[in-house]
Amino acid sequence: MKKLRILSLAMAAAMSVSLLAGCSNGTATTPEDDTTSTATGTAFKIGGTAPLTGDASIYGLAVQRGAQIAVDEINAEGGSIQFELKYEDDVNDPEKAVNAYNTLKDWGMQLSLGSVTTKPCESTSVYNFEDRIFALTPSASSTAVVEGKDNVYQMCFTDPNQGLASADYINSQGLGEKVFIIWKNDDVYSTGIKDTFMAEAEKLGLEVVGDATFATGNDQDFSVQLNQAKEAGADLLFLPMYYQPASLILAQADAMGYEPKFFGVDGMDGILTMEGFDASLAEGVMLLTPFNADATDDATVNFVTKYKELYGEVPNQFAADAYDCVYAYKLALETAGCTPDMTAEELCDKMIETFPTITFTGLTGDGDITWQTDGKVSKAPKGMVIQNGAYVGME
Amino acid sequence: MMKFRRMKKSTRTSFFTYALVIVAFLVIQILRGTVGIGSLLEGQLIPICAYIVMAVSLNLVVGISGELSLGHAGFMSVGAFAGCSMANALQNVVAAEPVRLVIAILFGALMAALAGFLIGIPVLRLNGDYLAIVTLAFGEIIKTIVTNLYVGVDGNGLQASFVNDNTKLAEGGIALIKGPMGVSNAARISSFVAGFLLVMLTLIIVFNLVNSRAGRAIMATRDNRIAAESVGISVTKYKLMAFTVSAALAGAAGTLYGCSQITFAANKFDFNTSILILVFVVLGGLGNMWGSVIAAAALTILPEALRQFSDYRMLVYAIVLILVMLATNSPAIRSFFIRIFRREKDEDGPSRSMKKEAAK
Repeated sequence: MKKLRILSLAMAAAMSVSLLAGCSNGTATTPEDDTTSTATGTAFKIGGTAPLTGDASIYGLAVQRGAQIAVDEINAEGGSIQFELKYEDDVNDPEKAVNAYNTLKDWGMQLSLGSVTTKPCESTSVYNFEDRIFALTPSASSTAVVEGKDNVYQMCFTDPNQGLASADYINSQGLGEKVFIIWKNDDVYSTGIKDTFMAEAEKLGLEVVGDATFATGNDQDFSVQLNQAKEAGADLLFLPMYYQPASLILAQADAMGYEPKFFGVDGMDGILTMEGFDASLAEGVMLLTPFNADATDDATVNFVTKYKELYGEVPNQFAADAYDCVYAYKLALETAGCTPDMTAEELCDKMIETFPTITFTGLTGDGDITWQTDGKVSKAPKGMVIQNGAYVGME
Repeated sequence: MMKFRRMKKSTRTSFFTYALVIVAFLVIQILRGTVGIGSLLEGQLIPICAYIVMAVSLNLVVGISGELSLGHAGFMSVGAFAGCSMANALQNVVAAEPVRLVIAILFGALMAALAGFLIGIPVLRLNGDYLAIVTLAFGEIIKTIVTNLYVGVDGNGLQASFVNDNTKLAEGGIALIKGPMGVSNAARISSFVAGFLLVMLTLIIVFNLVNSRAGRAIMATRDNRIAAESVGISVTKYKLMAFTVSAALAGAAGTLYGCSQITFAANKFDFNTSILILVFVVLGGLGNMWGSVIAAAALTILPEALRQFSDYRMLVYAIVLILVMLATNSPAIRSFFIRIFRREKDEDGPSRSMKKEAAK
């Protein structure tokens, strides 16, 4: 009885405190933000949600840093377009992403960078659509993100596009005769790419000799899958997955003396900078990625140098996509003649008008980047091969 | 007031809990209608209701029945996927959203109850640690199955396939469950009012069960299994009853949650979610229903309220959690509160219950 009473008081106190904290947050920050936005009045508020902590944080942090570098550059130039950037953590969970999005909305976000990962972006993009806040996601690649929403655009390829491009590339370059696929069956990204790859391979007459799956929690030992591939006589392994499992596959294939060609997609990007991975194992691995950190053009060199200086590592394509997003916004805002005092809704209408008309050149893609009215990007992927621990453009 | 004091303690507790939930609901509704509560809290209202129902239902198993279940999110998953599939399949048949939601919640609860019943039969013959491990495994099995499940509905009826998507849906067909991509809802039909009603319904069911003959039998099996058996109580039957009711409520919560989200996948309902709900229960107090209600609400809001700490958010969250756990269990703090209560009681004994109300 007594125990209950004490517990009750403590819990009631805890609750009222947390409720008060919640309330005061909600009400107190809004007017404060209003004053800051009218005080500065010259910066567009861009917000995005990203996994800044947890398993997928490498992507979230890369995007946040890439975007920050672009924003700092633009603000330092002191032109008419100035940005204020804010990223909120979504831990790669759609529910938390909506919370993060709502936090940004309360902050007064005018333009959105969507979410970094696919599932969260599928959620937040619907809110973007309903609230009429324009979104340009650097890296959420599923078609569900842009489908049916006139104000959500992508900077990255869609998943099906990657499967398609990979099959075309392997076929046209004659990279392999017998292809074997290892894919992750509880991952949207992997499943999406594999499905279109299979369909396209069938169309092209590219022989797929088999496929094997793995899942979260079952992604440490790939000897079974590799033996299947070996027995099937595969000379090319297609790995539509992120780099962590790919690194294990490379190491284990090497340990069992199996040496097929490896072909990855943009999730493979990051393998060379992975801690504890012997980069020599990745020698000869091919991948399709929109960004090459070793390119020698001024823009890339400038970006890579700055990124290395600030964060001590080579930026991956996620960072480059985010960097491009901010510059694409700048271009679109300049073209449409927008000013920071416009509301999110007005900006949204302007952006919907402007984005399909602009041609943008950035760090990612081979050449010009354009958008279709459905929000999908059209840019050419770069075929890369890893040589001497670095990406080299494939001819 | 005198009447209130003369009531049985259990009745008083249940009335207090109802009042707590109703007052919280009214305050929030009034705030929403007038000054607004901000988009962040607004977006969290339905998940909070769902987590409250989850916590209360798990408390029935852990607190009342005395069995440690580590797979409660599995039932939420069953309810979410079954209920939302039903809601999406009926989107062109039943036009009224509240009706569709009720059907979906009933269906989700039914499927979860079925799962709970089937799992319960073999599992509840086990005790303690063994039961915990088996429920843990069950949660993982559900997750793996749903991740590989493809279900669609079209003119020819229901179609399902496993591992690979072989559902060839005809024109106008609706993909209900899309393997790793989970469910993408056509519309978010859950509402805060529905969430509030579900919380109330859950509390009514749980309190009535606990304060009934069956409830006393359930608690008897918890306190001493052998003694309970010796007086002719069927331990398995009563444990199964608690387990199934709990699973059904978790299923309803799952549907409510699922129908409030744009998209969700099976990975959401993993081991971590089960543990999170267990934390709500333990923090709120085993067997203490209104403790679960408050803990679930507070701990769902807390991580978001801590966003200003940016990268250190989860660290601060963990520290707060540890402090609250320590505070509620520390003898020094306890005796401090006991002294406060004693003084209050001595000063104005009869109105203590009123003060207690005011303190809330």
